[in-house]
Amino acid sequence: MSATKEKLSSVTIRFCGDSGDGMQLTGNQFTTTSALFGNDIATYPNFPAEIRAPLGTLAGVSGFQVRFSSNDIFTAGDELDALVAMNPAAMKTNLEDLKQNGILIINEDSFTASNLSKAGFNPEEDILEPYRSKYRVYEMPITKMTLEALKDAPIQSKLKERSKNMFALGVMYFLYNRSLEPTIKWLEGKFGNKPDILAANIKVIKAGYNFGDTCEMIHSTYEVAKADIPPGTYRNITGNEALSIGFVAASKLSNKSLFLGSYPITPATEILQALAKYKHFGVKTFQAEDEIAGIGSAIGASFAGQLALTTTSGPGIALKSEFMNLAMITELPLVIVDVMRGGPSTGLPTKTEQTDLLQVLYGRNGESPIPVLAAKSPSDCFDTAIEACRIAFEYMTPVVILSETQIAIGSEPWLLPNIDDLKKIKTQSHTDPDTFQPYSRNEDLARPWAIPGTPGCEHTLGGLEKSNITGKVNLSAEAHEEMTRIRAQKVANIAKHLPATEIYGKTKGDLLLLGWGSTYGSNKSAVEELLARGYKVAQAHIKHINPLPNDLESILRNYKHVMLPELNSGQLNMILRAKFLIDIKAVNQINTKPFNQSDLVRIAEEIIEGKR
Amino acid sequence: MAIITNTDPSTLTKKDFVAEGDVKWCPGCGDYSILSSVQTVLPTLGIPKEKFAFISGIGCSSRFPYYMDTYGFHTIHGRALTVASGVKISNPDLSVWVVTGDGDGLSIGGNHTMHAIRRNMDLKILLFNNRIYGLTKGQYSPTSEQGKVTKTSLMGSIDRPLNPVSFAIASGATFVARTAAHNPKHLQETLRAAAAHKGTAFVEILQNCNIFNDGTFAKYLNKDTKEVENLFLEDGKPLLFDKDSKGIVLESGSHPKLTIEANDGTTNKFITHDPKAEDTTMAYLIGRLGIDEPSMPTVMGVIRSVNHVSYDAAVAQQEAAAIEKKGEGKLESLLFNSSTWTVSDEVKTKK
Ligand code: SF4
Repeated sequence: MSATKEKLSSVTIRFCGDSGDGMQLTGNQFTTTSALFGNDIATYPNFPAEIRAPLGTLAGVSGFQVRFSSNDIFTAGDELDALVAMNPAAMKTNLEDLKQNGILIINEDSFTASNLSKAGFNPEEDILEPYRSKYRVYEMPITKMTLEALKDAPIQSKLKERSKNMFALGVMYFLYNRSLEPTIKWLEGKFGNKPDILAANIKVIKAGYNFGDTCEMIHSTYEVAKADIPPGTYRNITGNEALSIGFVAASKLSNKSLFLGSYPITPATEILQALAKYKHFGVKTFQAEDEIAGIGSAIGASFAGQLALTTTSGPGIALKSEFMNLAMITELPLVIVDVMRGGPSTGLPTKTEQTDLLQVLYGRNGESPIPVLAAKSPSDCFDTAIEACRIAFEYMTPVVILSETQIAIGSEPWLLPNIDDLKKIKTQSHTDPDTFQPYSRNEDLARPWAIPGTPGCEHTLGGLEKSNITGKVNLSAEAHEEMTRIRAQKVANIAKHLPATEIYGKTKGDLLLLGWGSTYGSNKSAVEELLARGYKVAQAHIKHINPLPNDLESILRNYKHVMLPELNSGQLNMILRAKFLIDIKAVNQINTKPFNQSDLVRIAEEIIEGKR
Repeated sequence: MAIITNTDPSTLTKKDFVAEGDVKWCPGCGDYSILSSVQTVLPTLGIPKEKFAFISGIGCSSRFPYYMDTYGFHTIHGRALTVASGVKISNPDLSVWVVTGDGDGLSIGGNHTMHAIRRNMDLKILLFNNRIYGLTKGQYSPTSEQGKVTKTSLMGSIDRPLNPVSFAIASGATFVARTAAHNPKHLQETLRAAAAHKGTAFVEILQNCNIFNDGTFAKYLNKDTKEVENLFLEDGKPLLFDKDSKGIVLESGSHPKLTIEANDGTTNKFITHDPKAEDTTMAYLIGRLGIDEPSMPTVMGVIRSVNHVSYDAAVAQQEAAAIEKKGEGKLESLLFNSSTWTVSDEVKTKK
């Protein structure tokens, strides 16, 4: 009997297993294959905090979610159409996301008494029994079939077992009518000089595919057509990669060498690792002894005239805050990346949250205005990196970029920009000793930048309060008040030159769905759905959080209701309410997960109907 | 635009390095002598004035950059070396000097001192050691003697003090010296040697804080004691002191120990100073004398000076090697990597 084919517009699947089971790789392969096929895609990996949690335990489960679609999509999906669970622990921790009647593929060989008890099941019971009526459960002997396919292969038996992820991938390729070609090509690239391993992997992926066809379990397969996406050249990119590339691009566009001072911290480490590869672009990466030395060295690089960068997550921001203030008061250009993770304290290092907003805005002594930008998606990180460097140079100020775990490790296809369309970044360079005053100001109140090595412009910067223009230490009340106001006004001036805020949907109406950061995707999907249902709604998304766009207040006043979902307890909401005295409806979630489109749509309806 | 083109270092004099405005240390402070010595030495180094950068942390000593007419940066407490490292890596052409103290460099900033030294970052570190917190008005520091009574140690400090020279040697310093503010001639000689060193030059400068810890180094100055308390090191010369009447010998045994013997003319029994020795054992042993072993004289001068590649030079080498291997990076290659695909108007094709 051959399976019937059904057409779907969008599918969300997740591979999960032990962190050593190769689920990230499997998910990435499925993603690449779907992207090459022409779907729009979004991914969301999920790692355990422990690198080597004991095998088979709940703490060791690693997952990779892929959504692929024939439409434009903005999120990695609310619920799963299919879940591949390589062991009982993986099934247990992921099952709640599988939709009713969804497909559950399990590796029955791993459902041993010992693995069942490690996952907290009673090995005496048929634990799948309650699920067989709720889901379509495909119990497959994945390990056994893999070993069978490789029984004559001349490779170590440990390696044989390890290729079972390829078997699962093969099954999924069959289920969703995907070609094996892209993965086979990738395997050839990876194992070109290890022919035995290459042959084994190809054999297993084909075995999985054929097993799907012949096992008599899968009665229908699915097809998701190509998406109608804008023409151009694409690549799949994560937020951390896009930031890294964005900074190198900013270095080229500003003609300034890039210096990164950083200390490894989840989930920002990949930026340090990526930039360490770009020495031939003149990029200098300095893995410092701690977070403080990371930013300190970057400030030194900035003083010396470079494009200076430091990257971290919330706990690192706590350590860097004294230095952030030094960069602020000495008015040196510097970009500080905070890839937010679950806090407080060490918190949830591998989970996503938007809880550092108030920390980066206000978590320093004294009045310390620092511009803050937030990236809204993986590919948007590229533009955000360039924009942050532009502001840092033009206004001589440190700038914070907020990213989030979800953006940093999630991926989406990125339409590559035309390099000639990227705008050059202006930098200052003061070389005339006759006119040099370290704290003189241009029309936007930015001070000049004379770098060590410039004859006649010798001057000393410092963290003590100073006189405007001369920069000489001045602890008087007048100087302090004047400088405090100038520093605030300088940052406020950035808003004068920002483009108008984009509105998606109605320009006036019943509800504005406002957001910042990673909620872009879920907000956009929710507004799309609400518009389709005839509601007078719109979406506005804030990239510049400090200073806020000058047109924001009037936009907010164009709607009866403003709804602001945040993955925190209402941090931006608190600021906007204080600033504009508008009763913005907070929607908050601090459960380490992105918002579901369906929840947002329901809440928006309740607000419009006056029920909230 | 009037750009000064003449930066000929040979025309520089001391006053080129003196900043306008008042110096605000307490009258009589040892810091004045150090400032004057630095300003005396810099014009003799053959380096254009605009190529000097003075970076400091927080503390009395750290006001130093304000008094120098050079590029300067008064940063935050304990962190000067991190900023200085960024400056030096970014522009290896600059002569970067770090001014710090026993609190700034060894207490709050001890971690950075260790790491800058182990990396052999090409920085001149001047650590003013006055064994007290001066700017906060008199609390014990990491180099204060045990038992010292201060505002925060009313019954005497119970902390065991740190010997800055031992710390630097243990951190892998390629250049370690000790000198004193009260001996400008020796100080200037030592500064010149530090300036000539390529790599981290760590210089402990004994400095009197006449307000909160007056006389802490008096024994090195007092005419009755100075001959027996100072031992001035010279490369290749035996370790002799007290007008050459005594010297230092190594006692054999399973625990190496230095002792004093009278100089009876058979000078080859005395240890010959060898700052270029790769092995740090002897540098460590002589660095302890006087400080950790009060019955012995304190050695002054260059204790260790060996040549290793400096961090900033290694960074530049790696960058050059990467460009040699891959060619200068182009934006196109960064964006358009191997995993791109193209969507055309009509058909979507794979690349
Ligand atoms: S307190 Fe001591 S170290 Fe500080 S300036 Fe006065 S004398 Fe010098």
